[in-house]
Amino acid sequence: MNHSDSSELAPRPLLNEGGPWGGGGSGGGDGGDSNPWNQPPRGRPGCGPAGRSAIDELLRRGRARFGGRGGPEPEAGRLIFWAAGGILLLWIVWTSSHMIDPQERGVITRLGSYARTLDPGFHLSFPAPIDVVTKINVEEIRVKDIPESGGNSQNLMLTGDQNIIDLAYSVRWNIRDPELYLYELAEPDETVAEVAESAMRAEIAGVALNDAMGSQRSQIEGRVQQRMQEILDGYRAGITVQGVAIKQADPPAAVNDAFKEVSAAQQQAQAYLNQARAYAQQLGAKAEGEAAAFDKVYAEYKLAPEVTRRRMYYETMERVLAKTDKTIVEAPNVIPYVPLPPQPPKAQQ
Amino acid sequence: MNVSDNLASRNMIGGAIAVMIVLVVLSNIFSVVPETKQALVIRLSKPYKVYNAYRPNEDFGQTGAGVIAKIPFVDSVHWIDKRVRDFDMERQSVLSTDQLRLEVDAYARYRIIDPLQMAISAGSERRVEDALRPILGSSLRNELGKRPFASLLSPERGAVMDNIQSRLNRVASQYGAEIVDVRIKRADLPDGTPLDSAFNRMRTARQQEAQSILAEGRKQAQIVTSEADAQAAGVYAESFNKDPDFYNFYRAMQSYRVTFGTDGTDAPGSSNAILSPDNEYLREFRGRR
Repeated sequence: MNHSDSSELAPRPLLNEGGPWGGGGSGGGDGGDSNPWNQPPRGRPGCGPAGRSAIDELLRRGRARFGGRGGPEPEAGRLIFWAAGGILLLWIVWTSSHMIDPQERGVITRLGSYARTLDPGFHLSFPAPIDVVTKINVEEIRVKDIPESGGNSQNLMLTGDQNIIDLAYSVRWNIRDPELYLYELAEPDETVAEVAESAMRAEIAGVALNDAMGSQRSQIEGRVQQRMQEILDGYRAGITVQGVAIKQADPPAAVNDAFKEVSAAQQQAQAYLNQARAYAQQLGAKAEGEAAAFDKVYAEYKLAPEVTRRRMYYETMERVLAKTDKTIVEAPNVIPYVPLPPQPPKAQQ
Repeated sequence: MNVSDNLASRNMIGGAIAVMIVLVVLSNIFSVVPETKQALVIRLSKPYKVYNAYRPNEDFGQTGAGVIAKIPFVDSVHWIDKRVRDFDMERQSVLSTDQLRLEVDAYARYRIIDPLQMAISAGSERRVEDALRPILGSSLRNELGKRPFASLLSPERGAVMDNIQSRLNRVASQYGAEIVDVRIKRADLPDGTPLDSAFNRMRTARQQEAQSILAEGRKQAQIVTSEADAQAAGVYAESFNKDPDFYNFYRAMQSYRVTFGTDGTDAPGSSNAILSPDNEYLREFRGRR
């Protein structure tokens, strides 16, 4: 959108060909060739003013005025002069008016030195290259994934109990202070990543593996964010760390099976417990049922003990003996020979 | 027409050359010092002046950045970065006092605070980094080598870093640089045996954990079942103890029904009964005596 977007931080001579004069010249000439002395128009009769640059035309125009030469050439020269002037004017307007979007700030350097920071809105400045405006998006939350997403490489870290964890996390940050961001760090973006890595590893080195994988994740995130912010503030980076999010905290792939065994064991232990509870429940119900049945019968029995007892006895015997082959031995003091039927093998065992 | 054209173009060439010369001279006289750079002006091979030199906590806009003038062909400008720069150390293998090997990645951040000193002793930022890198490596090895492995994982790491930083700072000041920060980026077990044995340790620890979880589960289950048994026994006792004699009879009746398969289920064996007429059941069989 703007020529000054390219953040001219590199040293740059004040008056160079890239300035408005050179630019105007090339725009007014034949475009590709802005050095008129490379191709002197001598020996090109009738090539016309189109083959000449603005300076060429300027000089010609001056000559034409003082020399009083008429004809079509001064007219064309005037045209090109106006074109060059127009382009110069356009350049000035273009590079001295700035629309700063709501999420942006514009940092003005006037001849290299920081002048001021533009808030959102429309602003005027001196044209480039006197004032150079660098627009910085301060609201945008930048996200840095560590390790870089895409690759399925592990990011192994040592935990406080000397275990190894595979951690993936992302850092969200934005620019708090555009001047500091531009001027203090040679490589602000890489710095954020390195600081994140260092802070995360320092933090993980202080917690046990199980805490890092589970319960303390959110505390770790908070502490890493705080630590990063302290380090970055120490660098005067002009960066705010918005948050650290642990996306994945797993045991390394090499020991994953063993970790699965643990969770399988947990499931199995739970299964044991469930079975025991089911048994207990059944047993309790059975006991209560039987006790209740006994209580009922007993209550009846209490009303008429002897009769009930007899009745129950006969009823039972009736049912038992009805299903049984019966032999009644009359003779006393005789040991009877009872031809028992052959038992099925099952009963013998 | 041709003659005047030639004349015009000659004039024009002259004019253009004049403009060029003016431009070259101007660009030789003036230089723009951006906020991010310090400019060391050398006059006739002697350091003359530093523009936009670093001062701690300065406000931008009053730093000395801007246009400077110099004498063409006499002064030359040496540009030196003003920002905090970093250099990474190559991975170092460090042996702790308990003979554990650790692969360490560190980085240092520095800033040129004395451009003149830096220009004289090193010449460029890259040369400063090249000079400091091995020193960072060796002081890291020295510091970490004095400690047991476990302490490298502990918060004591902060003290290690401070020692390394001050040691490195002493050297850096010879190059006109200041170490802003030294940090361990990564501290890993080296690939191969150490890593494998660590994995193995983790694996066995997990297996142990799994087994103890299973045992604990079994124990809990046993407790639950035995509690249920006890509770059931209590329920039975409370109920049956009201009349042990009747219970005996009642239970005997139940038991007969089950044994002889008259409770609706099939008894496992067939039954024959040899009854003596003295049997209680047959008492009435003989009629009254």
